[in-house]
Amino acid sequence: MSVPDAKIPSGPIESKWENHKFNLKLVNPANKRKFTIIMVGSGLAGASAAASLAELGYNVKCYCYQDSPRRAHSIAAQGGINAAKNYQNDGDSIQRLFYDTLKGGDFRAREGNVYRLAELSVDIIDQCVAQGVPFAREYGGLLSNRSFGGAQVSRTFYARGQTGQQLLLGAYQALERQIGLGKVKMFTRSEMLDLVVVDGHAKGIIVRDLVSGKIESHTADAVILGTGGYGNVFYLSTNAKGCNVTATYRAYKKGALFANPCFTQIHPTCIPVSGEYQSKLTLMSESLRNDGRIWVPKKAGDKRKPQDIPDSERDYYLERKYPSFGNLAPRDISSRSAKEMCDEGRGVGESGLGVYLDFSDATKRLGKEVIEDRYGNLFEMYNRITGEDPYSQPMRIYPAVHYTMGGLWVDYNLMSNIPGLFVLGEANFSDHGANRLGASALMQGLADGYFVIPYTIGDYLAQSVKKSISADSKEFKRAEQDVEMRVKKLLSVRGKRTVDSFHRELGKILWDKCGMARDAAGLKEALRRIPELREEYWKNVNVLGDNQELNQSLEKAGRVADFLEFGELMCLDALERRESCGGHFRTEYQTEDGEALRNDAEFSHTACWEYKGDNNAPQRHKEELTFEFVKPSTRSYK
Amino acid sequence: MNLTLHVWRQKNAQNPGRMETLQAKDISPEMSFLEMLDVVNEDLIAKGQDPIAFDHDCREGICGICGLMINGVAHGPEASTTTCQLHMRHFHDGQDIYIEPWRAKAFPVIKDLVVDRSAFDRIIQAGGFVSVNTGGTPDGNTLPISKRAADKAMDSAACIGCGACVAACKNASAMLFVSAKVSHLSHLPQGQVEREERVMNMVAQMDAEMFGACSNQYECEAVCPVNISVFNITNLNREYFKAIRKK
Repeated sequence: MSVPDAKIPSGPIESKWENHKFNLKLVNPANKRKFTIIMVGSGLAGASAAASLAELGYNVKCYCYQDSPRRAHSIAAQGGINAAKNYQNDGDSIQRLFYDTLKGGDFRAREGNVYRLAELSVDIIDQCVAQGVPFAREYGGLLSNRSFGGAQVSRTFYARGQTGQQLLLGAYQALERQIGLGKVKMFTRSEMLDLVVVDGHAKGIIVRDLVSGKIESHTADAVILGTGGYGNVFYLSTNAKGCNVTATYRAYKKGALFANPCFTQIHPTCIPVSGEYQSKLTLMSESLRNDGRIWVPKKAGDKRKPQDIPDSERDYYLERKYPSFGNLAPRDISSRSAKEMCDEGRGVGESGLGVYLDFSDATKRLGKEVIEDRYGNLFEMYNRITGEDPYSQPMRIYPAVHYTMGGLWVDYNLMSNIPGLFVLGEANFSDHGANRLGASALMQGLADGYFVIPYTIGDYLAQSVKKSISADSKEFKRAEQDVEMRVKKLLSVRGKRTVDSFHRELGKILWDKCGMARDAAGLKEALRRIPELREEYWKNVNVLGDNQELNQSLEKAGRVADFLEFGELMCLDALERRESCGGHFRTEYQTEDGEALRNDAEFSHTACWEYKGDNNAPQRHKEELTFEFVKPSTRSYK
Repeated sequence: MNLTLHVWRQKNAQNPGRMETLQAKDISPEMSFLEMLDVVNEDLIAKGQDPIAFDHDCREGICGICGLMINGVAHGPEASTTTCQLHMRHFHDGQDIYIEPWRAKAFPVIKDLVVDRSAFDRIIQAGGFVSVNTGGTPDGNTLPISKRAADKAMDSAACIGCGACVAACKNASAMLFVSAKVSHLSHLPQGQVEREERVMNMVAQMDAEMFGACSNQYECEAVCPVNISVFNITNLNREYFKAIRKK
């Protein structure tokens, strides 16, 4: 097998999407109601797609593991959403957002996809405003913008520190409206445990009802996954506790290609870890870097209180190393710099794993009131978690796993290599290359859901042969049995260790060996240790209770079992990518002053992994990246 | 520190529940309340006992899925805080802590501390939206909205739908939740077209779900983790009466 054609339309970049839309086949309005579409996930991508498809007339079945679609983790995004509106008259344009995103991703994304994303960004804002999303406004009544990491223009729209929440509620309300109209059937507290492929086409999923434990087949004419990223493979991350790789990993095991799994993003501004029991990490919006200055003491091991360290003995390292972007350097660079400082013994706080984010200069310049207005809720949150007051002493921050750029491979239509299986949002690999810029995740989720899938899925459905799919067919029955067997197996081990203890151990291996900095020796060690841990898991995990009830340990056990396989794939991908780019930093490949050293001659491609059976190594395929409109340059933020 | 927990245990909606006493040992004040429960659960699993079921997800106070009655107070002793953001430094060594699920007829218990809040979704289905389809919307800046109106709308829109307001209310009223959505949309020009039907339909659904009436005790506001004000309820009543009059 090779990687299928990505179907990037030819022609000038500005008209690719426009021409493509014209060439896509249509399903006439009377026929749309004859099709059923499964949407797994109800975050920004899932809710917006489910609502938009139902509005067009399709029958939609939507699934989420939470008790309501409004809980999906998109809700936690704080800072904002980018759009090339140029409302600020500061020189923004679609071309510039396209360029910033492609460069931010260290030239490891497709030009065509990224341009379309920039193009659609402007429609998203209009759509959300019409839904009543309460974006921040200027006194004259127009929309307000802020600047964000990796950009020199102000193009980020926001709703206080709760942009993700407000955008999700907008999409959720649109979805609830369609549920009320009977066009979407919503399945909450339901988890997809397998994909069913019939005659080479995705035709349904196997779902476990988390309350009754019932395992059931659900059929459809097409399946869409909007199930988010796999950051929780690290155990500690800023993801919600329930976020998992199961849906995409199960699809991978049914033949879907997994692209660039090693591209993970470590967010620079999170609250440092405080102890072993810690269950998750909390992100502080990157917007804090607009006014906060990041520093560490110049001297290693300086244990004085921050206020006792005079300015001359502080190292504002981002301002020093990257004078033109300063504290607004992109995420991967900021995170890695923080790690370097801590590795040099200049980290702050009890553990030495932290750097200061200081607002004293900004407070002097703008006054406490302005700072409070801009960041009040974030300061409160910090205070609640740490017990420290950021108005009187600098915050301590440290990088944490936040987002995963890798995901299932999709073509320009967002369809995977399995016909009829589409993948949206963070779950796919498509738009952010090796590093995502701040305020671009919300943009991608909504672009995919509101403005891409409603067009492209029609093209597939119009050309597919309409067949009635029965949940009694052998493919569904076999998948159901597989799922049941696996559940039984997990419940029958009754070993000595809890699921969490395995998950924590896996996370530690990955954070140490496949985290902010990676090298061949470490990755090889991880590749040895993960299979050992997995073997122990199936012999020694302890999952209590039974299948016929709400059993949260069982839910976790299934997810961790998949993480234990997926973690290996991630390390393998990191080992094979012998270059540094974006969030993937291989210590062997760096410039003299410690910057990432890309290798365009050998690695200007997307790595696409094909599952070859549990006992065989997966096969690595390549999709070459071609750059017609932008010449890949060495990323410089100096 | 060591704590004595009294936790509501209930196998499922069909079986009656009861309080169970458990010990939480070596709890650090830096832990969150849910991390404390994680530790207790790890301990229970090691002993071969069924861990306590509780809803949790984002653990940063925004998804709204968590919610426990802690010593009789929804989300516990700290003001403006969700259960997941409550830290153990607010408790002391040797303390007895009573942990119960949200209790309301409209929120039946599923297991232990997990309740069914789908009634909230059905209230939103009844009218908590602006009926615009995807596409064809005008440019965002063609509709100027005063900063004051946008800020007020945002104050109301901040509701996380956790249900603490219902749990705290002696009548199990959902007025704060419903009023927050009605107010969010009534403050904005986008919400004007369907203003009357929205409030009528949402209130009708709220009643159908068996939530109680508001008797102005403001317990809801006191426990709300995101400070939704009871002025939203005043606004809801006003919107409702205006809508009835027009009918």
